[in-house]
Amino acid sequence: MNIVVLIKQTFDTEAKIQLTGDGKVSDQGVNLIINPYDEFAVEEAIRIKEAKGGEVTIVSMGGDKAQEAIRQALAMGADKAVLISDPALAEVDHYVAAKVLAKALEGMEYDLILTGWVAIDDQSAQVPGRLAEILGLPQANVVTKLELEDGKAVCHREGDGAVEVLEVPLPAVITAQKGLNEPRYPSLKGIMQAKKKELKKVTLQDLGLSAEEAKAKIVGYQLPEARQAGKVVEGEPADTVRQLVEFLTKEAKVI
Amino acid sequence: MGKVFVIVEQKNGALRKATYEVLGAGRQFADQLGAEFAAVIAGQNVGGLVDEVASYGPDKIFVADDEKLANYTTGAYSDVIGKILLKEQPDYVLLSHTAVGKDLAPRLAQKLEAGLASDCTAAVVEAGELVLTKPIYAGKAFATVKSGGGTMLATFRPNALGSFTPAGSKNPEVVQVPVEIDPEALRVLIREIVEKATGRVELTEAEIIISGGRGMKGPENFAMLEEIADILGAAVGASRAAVDSGWREHSDQVGQTGKTVSPILYIAVGISGAIQHLAGMGSSKVIVAINKAPEANIFKVADFGIVGDLFQVLPVLKEELQKVVGK
Ligand SMILES: Cc1cc2nc3c(=O)[nH]c(=O)nc-3n(C[C@H](O)[C@H](O)[C@H](O)COP(=O)(O)OP(=O)(O)OC[C@H]3O[C@@H](n4cnc5c(N)ncnc54)[C@H](O)[C@@H]3O)c2cc1C
Ligand SMILES: Nc1ncnc2c1ncn2[C@@H]1O[C@H](COP(=O)(O)O)[C@@H](O)[C@H]1O
Repeated sequence: MNIVVLIKQTFDTEAKIQLTGDGKVSDQGVNLIINPYDEFAVEEAIRIKEAKGGEVTIVSMGGDKAQEAIRQALAMGADKAVLISDPALAEVDHYVAAKVLAKALEGMEYDLILTGWVAIDDQSAQVPGRLAEILGLPQANVVTKLELEDGKAVCHREGDGAVEVLEVPLPAVITAQKGLNEPRYPSLKGIMQAKKKELKKVTLQDLGLSAEEAKAKIVGYQLPEARQAGKVVEGEPADTVRQLVEFLTKEAKVI
Repeated sequence: MGKVFVIVEQKNGALRKATYEVLGAGRQFADQLGAEFAAVIAGQNVGGLVDEVASYGPDKIFVADDEKLANYTTGAYSDVIGKILLKEQPDYVLLSHTAVGKDLAPRLAQKLEAGLASDCTAAVVEAGELVLTKPIYAGKAFATVKSGGGTMLATFRPNALGSFTPAGSKNPEVVQVPVEIDPEALRVLIREIVEKATGRVELTEAEIIISGGRGMKGPENFAMLEEIADILGAAVGASRAAVDSGWREHSDQVGQTGKTVSPILYIAVGISGAIQHLAGMGSSKVIVAINKAPEANIFKVADFGIVGDLFQVLPVLKEELQKVVGK
């Protein structure tokens, strides 16, 4: 069972967002991590490999720093990795990103593609569905449980107010949601071994692609207005609750 | 003349609440763009929904009715709706950012080789274009997005556009679309659908949410929140600490690695207000916090806070709300 896992390096969830002088999102002083949902995907792939054999390949598109995220995935137990890195890819939309990733997967042998369901930076949840469409593969999105039966994956997909149990023939694109597993911490041995594992770097040209126009254009970034702290009351519940209910019914008029 | 399309979402023959918003907004954007407005309804036995959809004023309604569309599957729905869109080539395609919308939209976008702005919280028409606003970094910033030229899709976060009353029917042309699904698109089988039998409104669509955190001390105490939720017609959420303690299901988690919600009223009980929690509920219209620690971070974003022991406050709150709402 060979598995490709897509990982994206993102800002730490603690990161404070600031804009640069020319109005872009600044990465100054920001810690970078593996997108948390991609960690679930990596963990799941490694567990499947441990149970059934095969190889786990990490594929990531990003800057040079993304190597750290890749090394972490290798230290967890993935076998090898490809980093697609090119200055022309610094500001691409998801249409282009999916196209580039699909091209990088060309010629690879896989039974399963695991990804996170959403990247917490741009919050788009687009790349896996687009990739599945390009590759002509079925998908199971937002999965909290994954079991393999011969030639297919049985997935629990989170719907709105319901869980769908899906039978997905392989190969397929399956996206991880929290609850799928508890990702492991890399062991010291894993970290040492990761340094020797193959990490291939490729450019757009290596993939035989050239820079492409985005289909969705970001024309600006804004920071939200800080929420103002409101009224805080303390004292006997009978009194504080009365004030709260008055606020809700008379002032905010929400009930 | 341009075209604005809305993909209607229905479940078991009833429209999803989030769909009304997108239909209402769709009519408005189409008017401002001077465009035709069309709605697409896909499902089984959905003919009965046509009148209700028509009341939101589309010029045209496409209906794809087939037993293979009885339940949502990515393959069948994207195949059928994709074919309609490929033929019609609309300028804008609008959906709700629900479990279905966020699954379907990327696949449709790729079929159309189109752009997609997902999880949008606002949109305006400016100089003949739809300008979309979407949160990034869990709402710590916003991006403004426009089409790069061709068709542009957008999914909208439930409750973000506000409520729309039906504009009134324009006696739309109703087009029955022949359904021929590519066998490749039917590869995924639904083995089972397990409905959550809470009887409460879905978290992402709820207008009122009451959430509990580690301060709730144990799973049994969430009954207090559920009772209040039933009075208010609210959904019950949780912090990650409550979920990771095994007190609530993963699907109840609000925050950066949980649900993003924007209800009209969010009540945080025994939740400290960590940055990752605020990320999921910071766009709520009104935030109320109940916490015993006056320094708790949640008070910095709350419109109204009660410093107090939740075990004393909640019973009184339940009683008072019962009086006001009278249920
Ligand atoms: C990558 C990552 C992702 C994360 N994603 C999420 C996420 O999606 N959602 C999320 O919520 N968190 C998330 N977190 C966790 C987050 O950092 C916090 O740890 C978590 O939100 C804390 O939950 P809490 O407020 O319930 O618990 P605590 O921080 O322990 O707060 C409990 C609060 O209850 C109050 N309290 C205790 N007893 C009482 C009482 N009797 N009456 C009144 N008040 C009382 C206390 O004063 C305290 O403020 C994430 C963290 C990381 C690292
Ligand atoms: N640049 C990238 N490199 C590798 N994988 C990516 C990249 N962008 C997105 N993905 C994958 O697609 C998932 C969803 O991302 P997004 O569509 O950006 O929200 C992520 O969790 C990753 O698994």
